Amino acid sequence: MSTTADGRFVAPLDDLLQPAPEATPAGGGGAPAVSVPVIDVRQATKTYGSGDTAVRAVRGVDLVVERGEYVAVMGASGSGKSTLMNVLGCLDVPSTGQYLLDGLDVAEMDEHALALVRNRRIGFIFQAFNLIPRTDALSNVEIPMAYARVPRRERRERALAALELVGMADRAHHNPNELSGGQQQRVAVARSLVMSPSLILADEPTGNLDSESTDEVLAVLDRLNRMGRTIVVITHEDHVVRHAQRRVEMRDGRIVADEPTAVPA
Amino acid sequence: MTSSDVLRSALRGLSANRLRSALTMLGILIGVAAVILLVAVGNGSAVAIQERLQALGTNTLTVSANAGFGAMGGQTRTNSQSLTMATVAALEDKDAAPDVESVSPVQSTTSTVAVGSTSESVSVTGTVPTWFVATNKELSSGSFFGAQDVEDHARVVVLGSSTAEDLFPEGDAVGSTVSLGGQTWQVAGVLAEADSTGPTDSNALVVAPLTTVRDTLAGYGALSSITVQATSADTVTLAQNEVEAVLDHVLGVSSSDQATYRVLNASQLLDTATESADTFTVLLAAVAAISLLVGGIGVTNIMLVTVTERTREIGIRKALGARRGSILAQFLAEATILSLLGGALGVLVGVLGSRFQISGTTPVIVPASILLAFGVSAAIGLFFGSVPANRAARLLPVEALRYQ
Repeated sequence: MSTTADGRFVAPLDDLLQPAPEATPAGGGGAPAVSVPVIDVRQATKTYGSGDTAVRAVRGVDLVVERGEYVAVMGASGSGKSTLMNVLGCLDVPSTGQYLLDGLDVAEMDEHALALVRNRRIGFIFQAFNLIPRTDALSNVEIPMAYARVPRRERRERALAALELVGMADRAHHNPNELSGGQQQRVAVARSLVMSPSLILADEPTGNLDSESTDEVLAVLDRLNRMGRTIVVITHEDHVVRHAQRRVEMRDGRIVADEPTAVPA
Repeated sequence: MTSSDVLRSALRGLSANRLRSALTMLGILIGVAAVILLVAVGNGSAVAIQERLQALGTNTLTVSANAGFGAMGGQTRTNSQSLTMATVAALEDKDAAPDVESVSPVQSTTSTVAVGSTSESVSVTGTVPTWFVATNKELSSGSFFGAQDVEDHARVVVLGSSTAEDLFPEGDAVGSTVSLGGQTWQVAGVLAEADSTGPTDSNALVVAPLTTVRDTLAGYGALSSITVQATSADTVTLAQNEVEAVLDHVLGVSSSDQATYRVLNASQLLDTATESADTFTVLLAAVAAISLLVGGIGVTNIMLVTVTERTREIGIRKALGARRGSILAQFLAEATILSLLGGALGVLVGVLGSRFQISGTTPVIVPASILLAFGVSAAIGLFFGSVPANRAARLLPVEALRYQ
């Protein structure tokens, strides 16, 4: 990954297929290059509201995810896993504690920097697909690159390559309402990886899908992980967890279990 | 996002709700068209009034008897205070009134003019040849009567254009005779058609020598009015002062409240008329501006609805890395496109509409009003769009994504 003087993102096209690059921590100076975890959460809490009505959604979480890991976060409804996901995705900042993404402290970032982080370092996959309506698959995949000011021609090439990767190249010009749920989610996966992010964050990616589509999407995620992508998936489905290498379980805003999955994928 | 990306996504947003976009544009369209059209109507009527007054001659003064209280309340006015031929003679004195070019006494009355079985009621003006010059009258055929005709009490007439048309449909008026007040008169000429948009037809008249009119129709009472022509348009005010001084002396007026006459200054009249026409135009423009404002509020309203509807989309875009500025630009672009397109169509409708007569007025477009209306409509897009666009840009990504 390289960045030009004016901050424009210029990742080569074949990045999509390469292992995720090592990021250098901020202020690394002349220190020897050490592998920095993608996610390094230290004693993070998140509280909504204040006083008697305060809701402590996350009550002190420590979590380290190394590059190339495939982690499943489990938990019942209300366990704080969605809040953790928002924090990990830089959609929300922790109330206390620290969150280092690629070694960069998110708490110190302003809104502009957070937008940049979401754009360059994180790829989102949502339960509800969240494609932009009335916008074809190709354009949807191009959106993150538009915000990164990637030149139009390169945008198109990379978007097509990403769609190819998820097996949706032949539907590039279909609008979301002309695609099945599984197809929409695969377009969303293509959109999440098109900027070669450090982290792909999937929130119940198969929650709205039938078993066949679920298998398709999980197969794509497996493939991405084998290429070296770091993936954190939030789910409560056991067969999704089986695809991951590591299982983190949350209850009442705390991590109660963190172990390798029984049968590694 | 590059500006072409912004433009494209704005157009996509607008085309998603065609009817809504069209109705919002209609609001701006009506506002802009109203501004252009109503200002054009106001301006058109001002131009028409100016033309009519200029036709009267801007360097003439009209002296008439004061139709005030004294005149109405019985015969309180003595003969010496009326306008007479003696007054005319006094005004013609070059020493007392050096800036006066000519003085034309006018005796008006109404009578019936007839040719064969065709007859109509007309206003008859008895005067002298200088009156034609002072009032900018022109001939379409024949000739005016001359000073000799006045001296000879000749029974010759000059007909107004519509009177001539009514009496002589074949256009053979000059040289024919008409019957006026039971006498037979020779037609010397026909006046060219004068601009006439008022309630009375200023082309329905008969002009005849003063002496003959007094002999046969009006009698030898006071004159109706005296038309005074100044030497030039610049000396009108000087001439007016001189005329007033002479009249005060001749008619024995000591203070202005006793004045038994009044002097109408055509250029003053023009100023007053222009002023009131301007007020009229401003009023019309204000009404139109209000409708433009209402159109602008329509833009805000629709953009607020759009932002609410697309809260989730805004959340997705923010999650994908959209900055506040990108979201702001997208919604501002939508609002501006709406108002610019509406404005452009409004200019078209306004310009086309002003080709038609509106309640008797031919609208005359003021070019500045087009620029102003179009500029204001663009500004409306930016101004009225900024509230909803700001609201969209400020949404928190978590909140926006949660929105159903």
